[in-house]
Amino acid sequence: MTEFLQQLINGLAFGSILALIAIGYTMVYGILRFINFAHGDIFMLGAFAGFYLAPKIAALIPLPSIAGTLVVLGISMALCAGLGGLIERLAYRPLRKRPKLTVLITAIGVSLFIEYAGQFFFGAAPKKFPDILPVWQVTRIGGLSLNSNQLVVLGVSLVLLLALRFIVLKTKIGTAMRAVSFNPEAAALMGVNTDHVISFTFALGSALAAAAGILWAINYPSIDPLMGILPGLKAFVAAVLGGIGSLPGAALGGIIIGVTETLVSGYISSTYRDAIAFAVLILILLVKPSGLLGKKEIEKV
Amino acid sequence: MLEIKNLTVNYGAICALHGIFLSVPAGSIVTLIGSNGAGKTTTLKAISGLLRPNSGEILYAGRNIAGLPPHAIVAGGLSHVPEGRMIFANLSVRENLQMGAYLVRDKKAMRQELEFVFATFPRLQERERQIAGTLSGGEQQMLAIGRALMSQPKFLMLDEPSLGLAPLLVKTIFEKIVEINRARGLTILLVEQNANRALEISQFGYVLETGKITLQDNAATLRQNPQVRSAYLGGG
Repeated sequence: MTEFLQQLINGLAFGSILALIAIGYTMVYGILRFINFAHGDIFMLGAFAGFYLAPKIAALIPLPSIAGTLVVLGISMALCAGLGGLIERLAYRPLRKRPKLTVLITAIGVSLFIEYAGQFFFGAAPKKFPDILPVWQVTRIGGLSLNSNQLVVLGVSLVLLLALRFIVLKTKIGTAMRAVSFNPEAAALMGVNTDHVISFTFALGSALAAAAGILWAINYPSIDPLMGILPGLKAFVAAVLGGIGSLPGAALGGIIIGVTETLVSGYISSTYRDAIAFAVLILILLVKPSGLLGKKEIEKV
Repeated sequence: MLEIKNLTVNYGAICALHGIFLSVPAGSIVTLIGSNGAGKTTTLKAISGLLRPNSGEILYAGRNIAGLPPHAIVAGGLSHVPEGRMIFANLSVRENLQMGAYLVRDKKAMRQELEFVFATFPRLQERERQIAGTLSGGEQQMLAIGRALMSQPKFLMLDEPSLGLAPLLVKTIFEKIVEINRARGLTILLVEQNANRALEISQFGYVLETGKITLQDNAATLRQNPQVRSAYLGGG
């Protein structure tokens, strides 16, 4: 039982990181109906932003510390938000009226560009992510060994997801996002500058991916320019699993993939851990093609 | 208030509007009638910026707005209720109305506008919290018009507001259009298949056929025109 709880918490921590990335996929899909395959690489850039920022921040706020970590997290999120908006502006906006396939291929191109530009600038060898967060005594509750890092991952993810929920449901820009995702033409007739809303969506998703990158690096402190590929892919699977376009779906999908993968690799075999996500995806799509919380897409005539 | 000069719009190689001239004086209701595919919706979409005109001028309050993006045109006080209503079915009635007031920064003005819309369409107030997709066709049309009013327009374009509505509701909608026109001095350009009713409440009318204006006259005169009567008013 203790071991199960242990694995469950590991899985939840991993899953909530996937959830943060998955939100970005699903938001962009909701608004532009295309999969931004470069999204996983923003996750990587978030981790690297933290890597390069940490020594600079340490000069002002001693690290490891909670305040320092929050500053690193905040700046990385802001940098990646700007970058996400910039990528949208440079790579995707000129293709707005082109077939979706063109945009999709461009996204793959952007992804490869970021990965190899990353290898060029950061070096291909893995780097050790600095200890920015103090690790508290490993808590023991009934034989349960809890790493404080995992609790931080869970806590920060929860706060970010709630903040996102607030933005999307309660603010003007969030209402505009939902309006654009439902009908961009009608939103434009309301005076919404749809390009601004789309840029904002990319920025928001990228900020969450950057946060995921930092949280990931705190937990698994080896980072490299290709580290975004697999988590990116799994988060994409999570988004499809939950029902692409649905925000709660993306969060739920992330948790399911994270927990399943951790439990399977803990109890059955870790050899197949990377295949789990895809196996779950195939199973769910066979039963419910629109995903767990997705709506059936009605073809517009 | 609105002056269209030699407006041409193409969809790829297909010419939808062949250089039309049209004028809507301030405070009036003007109707554009024509059969399906004549170019009525194209005309409205070109005015509101959803379509880019290929040539010609759209003078709104003396300024050429042809080719501006839709959000810039709304900001100038021109509001378009599109064909098929295009309400945000995933948002609540209230959120739809808030979207209408997207460019209104003044909270007090927005509240006043909301009161006016609710006074005009009490049904919307009853359904304020409801998801707009669950409204009936007539309620959705009220919401579409109410939403357009929330932007505090000076000029309102309505594309087939009576489409698919029961006769009693059609009557209500037309009464509301007149009411809005009178109460606020709002200039209205109306596109309708229900030509008889539309001309009844209008001062002036245009007939559009395959992308050309073929007839234009005072609404009352147009209603007596034998050609119009046989083609659009269902009888000789």
